[in-house]
Amino acid sequence: MQVELLTAWAMIAALAAYTLLGGADFGAGVWDLLASGPRRAAQRELLAAAIGPIWEANHVWLILLIVLLFTCFPPAFAAVMTALHVPVLLLLLGIVARGASFVFRTYTSGTGAGQARWGLVFSIASVVTPLLLGVVLGAASSGQLRWHGDAYLGGFFAPWLRPFPWAVGVFTLAIFAFLAATYLCAEAEDPALREDFRRRALAAGAAVALAGGLAWWAADADATVLGAHLNAAWWGWPLRIATGLAAAGALAALWKRRFLAARTCACAQVMLVVLGYGAALFPHLVPPDFTVFNSAAPPITHFLVLGALAGGAVVLGPSLYFLLRVFKGQRAFALLDSAATRTPQSRGTKPTHAQSSS
Amino acid sequence: MFARLQMAWSLGFHIIFAAVGIGMPLLMAISEYRWLRGGREECRELTKRWAKGTAIFFAVGAVSGTVLSFELGLLWPGFMRHAGAVIGVPFSLEGFAFFTEAIFLGIYLYGWDRVRPWAHWWAGVAVAASGAASAVFVVMANAWMNAPAGFDFDASTGEFSEIDPVAAMFNPAWKAEVLHMLLAAYLATALAAAGIHALQLLRRPRSAFHREALRITMGVAAVCALLQPLSGDYAAKVVAETQPVKLAAMEGQFASEASAPLRIGGWPDERRARTRFALEVPGLLSFLAHGDRHAVVRGLNEFPREDWPPVAVVHVAFQLMVGLGILILSVSAWFVLAAWRSRGAPLGRRLLWAIVLCSPAGMLAIEAGWTVTEVGRQPWIVYGVMRTSEAVTPMPGLAGPFLTFVLVYVGLAAVVVALLARQVRAAPVAAGAE
Repeated sequence: MQVELLTAWAMIAALAAYTLLGGADFGAGVWDLLASGPRRAAQRELLAAAIGPIWEANHVWLILLIVLLFTCFPPAFAAVMTALHVPVLLLLLGIVARGASFVFRTYTSGTGAGQARWGLVFSIASVVTPLLLGVVLGAASSGQLRWHGDAYLGGFFAPWLRPFPWAVGVFTLAIFAFLAATYLCAEAEDPALREDFRRRALAAGAAVALAGGLAWWAADADATVLGAHLNAAWWGWPLRIATGLAAAGALAALWKRRFLAARTCACAQVMLVVLGYGAALFPHLVPPDFTVFNSAAPPITHFLVLGALAGGAVVLGPSLYFLLRVFKGQRAFALLDSAATRTPQSRGTKPTHAQSSS
Repeated sequence: MFARLQMAWSLGFHIIFAAVGIGMPLLMAISEYRWLRGGREECRELTKRWAKGTAIFFAVGAVSGTVLSFELGLLWPGFMRHAGAVIGVPFSLEGFAFFTEAIFLGIYLYGWDRVRPWAHWWAGVAVAASGAASAVFVVMANAWMNAPAGFDFDASTGEFSEIDPVAAMFNPAWKAEVLHMLLAAYLATALAAAGIHALQLLRRPRSAFHREALRITMGVAAVCALLQPLSGDYAAKVVAETQPVKLAAMEGQFASEASAPLRIGGWPDERRARTRFALEVPGLLSFLAHGDRHAVVRGLNEFPREDWPPVAVVHVAFQLMVGLGILILSVSAWFVLAAWRSRGAPLGRRLLWAIVLCSPAGMLAIEAGWTVTEVGRQPWIVYGVMRTSEAVTPMPGLAGPFLTFVLVYVGLAAVVVALLARQVRAAPVAAGAE
């Protein structure tokens, strides 16, 4: 097995981790925008408490992904960043707006206008950014970025103002919102709040199914490399069926209020989607001109990076476990609902939100 | 041109936030230690106050750092295409260091009531250590652009071969640059924080809270201010070795010369090829650069005109950095003497005013020093290997993104300042240490 394949797998894993962790933080912002009903303020407070301690750590998965791409597959990185300069720039503005407004809201003392204003920036950026992230991913894999050696042949708008990138954008947004709502069902301690997020999770699950269908259609019609590969491969149908089963499992568990099982199924569903995306793309990174093989850096770079990944995992694994254990409690790692976990136990201290209210 | 402006602007913005992200955790760790070990109650409140400020800076630093990692490709795809494989490894390591920092900062900021006090302190130490580590890795990558190593370069095809990323990381300039930058980050942060507390002390001279804060910040600043000239001298010797043309520009040295004088101030006139209005100390430059009063310092005349950096910018920025350094060292020395002699009595108002006025000097010196390194490297993006113009993106209309980021960052800076001001005004009330 060539070493660049290992690195490519690591990138798939990083993308999955970013979706599961960082994606859910964006999803929380979506629900912040859509907060409604009598418990609107409580919903927002739960959202802020849920992502406050962890969003910066979760955000690093994206940086890791970018660094892996530009270290190990430099020409592919250069290609994406040149051709998709405009949407990437918009994506960056979204990332800056989301992160900055979240801390600004947290540390704006007092209540009222200031906090509401930053909250609005935060929630709008949380909707726009995933959309753009999906657009960039979709455009990069659509097969529309044509290169001849070091020279870019296409335009700076045409490749991403097409159906497929936007279908992926909508799908990404739906998935992030679905993940966030499902996690929050498992985390909320107030039964009424849990019901709020259960309804939202079910609605978002339906949106994921619709957007998934849309992206599927667009892949066939618009991103021919991807679509054709998915249709031709022997694993194409088994993968789609498995993803569908996980999705159905998540919705059924939500319906029956088995929230931890729902979370497990939703995570499995998302991992299968990311895996399918990577597998359908393979061996391309940026079709049609850049593959995992022709854009790979020399093996020594891959070996060093993989070594750093292994070493980093030794430090990061326990640290990340500690972080989630401290803020999400024991239930953070429970996969299924058992007698002990079905009714959320009080964790001694309420989520410390003192910082933001001081 | 706009690509260069945008990169300079983004870096110049990020470097302030990054420096605070490196410096503040050290101050917080010292302060929390004094609370845990020394039982100083005011230190507990101080640490919490500092933590809030740090949270704001860290988040803005994190997002502006994300912008930079993308901008490398958005603006310099030619650089990344060829150099990514050589220089990506320290960036990957930096990714991990940053990851660790973000995890433990989350625990530190939100975990006051959730983990035991000493575990909390160790989380702070982990933040400080990983913050320093990420600075080391990033500056290693920059040092490589100044003193490239670890590859063979074929000028006819523009391809890198025989890549050795380890040799690239440990390039000839890394030790000097890393040391100088780390000290600068601690110094500038401590000094900026000291200024805020000194201003509060002018209003309430007896506040134990602010006096303790001043002791910690000025203590750190004084140690760094003392070490910084030594690391600067070492850095200059490395530059003399690896980038003689940059040294010549820094010193306004147009012609090669034995027993070269050190020029203080002055304005390099590129057309007449001489530096005017400078105070010259005979033989000192030769001694500083090569350890020998009579050594030959190579001048700009030895290099083709198209390889010169903008001499005036580099020279003036360098003079500014050194001047600010001397100013900071004097104020720090004044503080140490006064604190030692006063034995706990309130400090004099003149000293407090000096600290207040001096507080932006560290950050200014960082910006000036960064200008020396980066503008001094021009016209190369990788010194002697690849020109900046060869690396830039083919995308037209780069003025748009540049102006957007100018506006966004000016806005962010304004909000950060406003939030900090509010935190500072609230501080003494909460501290109750009047």
